[in-house]
Amino acid sequence: MSTLILKRLGKIWLALILFFLYAPILVMAFMSFNDSQYYQLPFEFSLRWYQDLAGNSEIIAAATRSVLIALITTIIATTLGTAASVALFRFEFKGKRILQVLLFPPIAIPWLITGTAMLIFFFGIGLGRGTPSVIIGHVALALPYVIVVVTARLATFDATLEEAARSLGANSWTVTRRVTLPWITPGIIAGALFAFAVSFDQFVVSYFLSEPGDSTLPVLIYTAIRKGFTPEINAISTIIITISMAVMLIAARFSNFGGER
Amino acid sequence: MSNMLVKQDRLRIFGLLSPAYLWLTVAIFLPLSAMFYFSFLSEVPFGDAEWNFTTDNYRAFFETPTYAILLWKSIKLGLMVTLTSVLIGFPCAYVLAKTIQGRSREALFLLVILPFWSNSLVRIFSWAIVLRGNGVLDRTLNAILPFELDINLMFSTPAIVIGLVHSYLPYVILTAYLALQAIDDSLIDAARSMGAGKITILRRIILPLSLPGLLAGAVLIFVPVVGSFMEPRILGGRVGTYYGTVIEDQFVAVFNWPLGAALSFILLAVVLVILALASPILRKAQT
Repeated sequence: MSTLILKRLGKIWLALILFFLYAPILVMAFMSFNDSQYYQLPFEFSLRWYQDLAGNSEIIAAATRSVLIALITTIIATTLGTAASVALFRFEFKGKRILQVLLFPPIAIPWLITGTAMLIFFFGIGLGRGTPSVIIGHVALALPYVIVVVTARLATFDATLEEAARSLGANSWTVTRRVTLPWITPGIIAGALFAFAVSFDQFVVSYFLSEPGDSTLPVLIYTAIRKGFTPEINAISTIIITISMAVMLIAARFSNFGGER
Repeated sequence: MSNMLVKQDRLRIFGLLSPAYLWLTVAIFLPLSAMFYFSFLSEVPFGDAEWNFTTDNYRAFFETPTYAILLWKSIKLGLMVTLTSVLIGFPCAYVLAKTIQGRSREALFLLVILPFWSNSLVRIFSWAIVLRGNGVLDRTLNAILPFELDINLMFSTPAIVIGLVHSYLPYVILTAYLALQAIDDSLIDAARSMGAGKITILRRIILPLSLPGLLAGAVLIFVPVVGSFMEPRILGGRVGTYYGTVIEDQFVAVFNWPLGAALSFILLAVVLVILALASPILRKAQT
């Protein structure tokens, strides 16, 4: 009997956690459709903040830049990351363990440290702030995620398939193209989506590396929040969070976040 | 023949790995080294500024108590956020791993993890909307409660803790869930059939076996929280001065980069010590 009560309590607890996680996001989205500039209630439906967005050239420029940076980051990180995963998975060699450990610093060291270190270094070599620096930083942050996701997919690969193809006369190029690649494609897609999300949502590193007046969307939002904001920020935030959640939902279809299956 | 193959393999490994690791070197490892170098300079060595090597930046940390106090404040914040997340996240992970079955479990798990993969800045902003005085929380509670209550959590330490727990809670739920899922149910059944009570089972089986996962989650939360600056800035306002915000200031407001580099490096040292202490546990949690 008490087990039943405990189970029910557990489910209530889970529901409360979900409420805690989603309620503020929903409130924020809700307020982007409210007419009042000062977040006054009662609620009065209006699309004026979205209309304002359409006319705000600064936000549109930052949004375009963010998407562009995320796309370039995705292409580079996915290519380099997939290549590295294949080598790390396929071959046994000295120093492999060290190379795997070296993937952790970009994830484990607080972005405040990596971001400021990049700022110093890029200034030191004369590159300075700007979109190229931001891309270099984002690719480095996304690479470990791509490698982890693609390697996880490779681990489910049945090596005897390759042997079978080879014994049937396929050369190593054909084996890679017709057997290995099709199998790991879902992993590569998931890795690419992760890379996109890492870049598109990245704030800290972009904040230190982007040029004032030439910033990404999160940096622009941060500046706006600190200056005093209007529901226009709610509107653009709602759009951003919808995009990143959609991207991750699609990624979840291709990989399962390390869960069972 | 076999020698040639090995050589070919070696070339292939090098060709596949070097682009990624070269990139990491340029974007992570060289910058960290440059920052270390920088932390011993007296001035920013660009343009025609006069500079020399000095340990003043580190001395500043040890001689001015402000920095150590702020670092301790940040560590306390990290402990508070980590503890809160573990306490509310563990039961949630348990319910997901052991009580809920089938397809709904997968969907619920995804729902819990999803916010973690969305924009952290936007989520902190959403709390600013909720917590403001005369904001949604204030109005809702006053509409429900029979007495007048003035809740303005915005710009306070609780606001920062709430925002950070919201940001990092999914970490510990994820790691605890994976650890709990690995516990064989028959082990629990066996203990129960031999007369062990719920608390005994929790204390003697479930907690010890899920401890590596819990600790891994705790480290993954603690480390970024100690280095946080955006969350305290937005939700803390004037009380939001932490070690991270001081480092941020050195780079974007005061432009004392060498001091900022030294402060960053001290933070890195703290982080590395924690990661090193936790690495046996983290490795255990991984397998």
